[in-house]
Amino acid sequence: MTWDIFVALLAATVLAGTPLLYATMGELITERSGVLNLGVEGMMIMGAFFAFIVEYKTGNPWLATLAAGLGAACIGFLHGVVCLVFQGNQTVSGLALTIFGVGLSDYLGAPFIGQKTVGFQSFDIPLLSDIPVLGPVFFQHDPLVYLSFVLPWVVMWFFRRTSLGLALCAAGEAPEAVRAAGLNPVRMRWLGICAGAFFVGVGGAYLSLCATHLWTHNLTAGKGWIAVALVIFAFWRPRRALLGAYLFGGIMALQLRMQALGTAIPSSLMMMLPYALTILALLVSSARGKGRSAPAALGENIAPGA
Amino acid sequence: MRFFNCAAAFLAVCGMALLPFASSASAEDAAKNVKVGFIYVSPVGDEGWSWMHDQGRKMMEELPGVETAMMESVPEGPDAERAIKNMCSKGYNVIVATSFGYMDPMAKLARRHPDITFLHCSGYKHSDNMTCYFGRIYEARYLTGMVAGAMTKTNEIGYVAAFPIPEVVRGINAFTLGVRSVNPEAKVRVVWTRTWYSPDDEKKAAEGLLDVGVDVIVQHQNSAGPQVAAEERGAYSVGYNTDMSSAAPKAHLVAAVWDWKKFYEKFINEYRAGTWKNGNYWYGLSDGIVDISAYGDMVPADVRAKVDAAKASIVNGTYKVFSGPVKDQEGKERVPAGQVAPDEMLLSMDWFVEGVIGTAR
Repeated sequence: MTWDIFVALLAATVLAGTPLLYATMGELITERSGVLNLGVEGMMIMGAFFAFIVEYKTGNPWLATLAAGLGAACIGFLHGVVCLVFQGNQTVSGLALTIFGVGLSDYLGAPFIGQKTVGFQSFDIPLLSDIPVLGPVFFQHDPLVYLSFVLPWVVMWFFRRTSLGLALCAAGEAPEAVRAAGLNPVRMRWLGICAGAFFVGVGGAYLSLCATHLWTHNLTAGKGWIAVALVIFAFWRPRRALLGAYLFGGIMALQLRMQALGTAIPSSLMMMLPYALTILALLVSSARGKGRSAPAALGENIAPGA
Repeated sequence: MRFFNCAAAFLAVCGMALLPFASSASAEDAAKNVKVGFIYVSPVGDEGWSWMHDQGRKMMEELPGVETAMMESVPEGPDAERAIKNMCSKGYNVIVATSFGYMDPMAKLARRHPDITFLHCSGYKHSDNMTCYFGRIYEARYLTGMVAGAMTKTNEIGYVAAFPIPEVVRGINAFTLGVRSVNPEAKVRVVWTRTWYSPDDEKKAAEGLLDVGVDVIVQHQNSAGPQVAAEERGAYSVGYNTDMSSAAPKAHLVAAVWDWKKFYEKFINEYRAGTWKNGNYWYGLSDGIVDISAYGDMVPADVRAKVDAAKASIVNGTYKVFSGPVKDQEGKERVPAGQVAPDEMLLSMDWFVEGVIGTAR
């Protein structure tokens, strides 16, 4: 493998990892508030659709990205109604949300299949893009990629340094403690669901506005599910999610190039690798004990009035 | 509560069992007209596989005395059987299903409904009232390979392929034979995506190939993702299914295309004349069911002339694509000189010809 191919591989890793990073960060925020949302795939593809349709009508990719986030948040809102208002089963509701989102996007998007978007164009950051290796790998992309670089640190700061973020995480660990502190844990979970869904939607927007520049069915092709696995892989920590998204993206980019170079390793084996790593991460996290595992109240509903 | 669930399930099953009897009367009313039902695996709106078959349905719909209906996005498996059964019970005379996984349920129902004609595309089971039909798209791929072989400057061509099954492997081999008939130095690099339709993944696969130095991208995928990758990087591309030049106007050299309308036209005319015979049909360039699209402006006249001449010799039967000697990747002779690969070999192909870089599994 020559040097040029290696640099191109790293650049492709960042591009393949970006939609995963947004979706993973969204699901991570939701799960830290104590809500399991398996509807990532459905919210993500609806985000891709909202982004497409708004860009198609207005031609403004920033407005389209905002619409994708808000649209996905509306879909996520349904999950809140089921789980927070009616105390429904979070797993079932999330799965239903995926089926609903994929179906609805197919239905609404059917007349537009194959329509192109202008979307975001890549834009080289002055000076930084001229650095050898780092320039082409990190600084010759589109704006959504640049925003994704700072996202894990912003989320980490929010979790650790703001009282709102601390309360949100507490709602995922010990909701009754939040209530004892005079705050409403249900409200924190509403915030977790809607803010999380917003970023999942932006991940979808990346697919229709940057990655493919078009609308079609099956645009997410299972990336939402990878995000669910990545949250576990990341032990619910934002910076590890960045690592995980690039690792998964990198393996995808690597296996394509290994095939192109004619290596004998079967492609099916390479494609399995990210999932094998997730299982390994799960094993490690349970072996290490509580400190590095899931939020304690993840998946448990809050009894009304408790 | 459990009792009600059981009762509801029981009633639902009874209802389904009774359905065929309930509507058998309508079959006689419709006897004068031909009713043709189509079942597709994907939506028809994507200019892909189902869209092409639906052009044939629309053509039939125009004919007097022919009534058609279609169901799109029917998953292979139990849902397909329900969909076919439903059409059987509604008095359709002809039922068309265009995905491989519909074969077994269709063969089962064909035994049960001897008066209905069943058409199944891309499988191998056939009977007195069931036809299997497909096209030798590899003949068109050979011709597109000649164009790609003439246009490559790096002598490396990248093939974005769906699944390692005989149909796809055969296409890659025919394409490579075409490439090397005009450019014996050229190599074809293969990447499997294990998707039929995923624009993002298929585009990324093409980018991976472009990164390692290919300058022509060809695809066996249903999305235009690989075409877009070639366009963005200033490379050339070869399309599949339909003329894909709208997705990549500067890159698109030519495409291997299907024209299913011709098959459905032939079928409906013979069916109505009472001369249609069910069987196993594998149509080629000479039937017009597979073809190549118009050339892109960048393809020079001498290349066009050469490819057109090869097309003419395939159409009139003087040339067969898999004519020996054909060697595989290890240099082993698979088809001896002076012989032509039999159809059984083509239908079970799981090895690559010389000049392909990649693994056929």
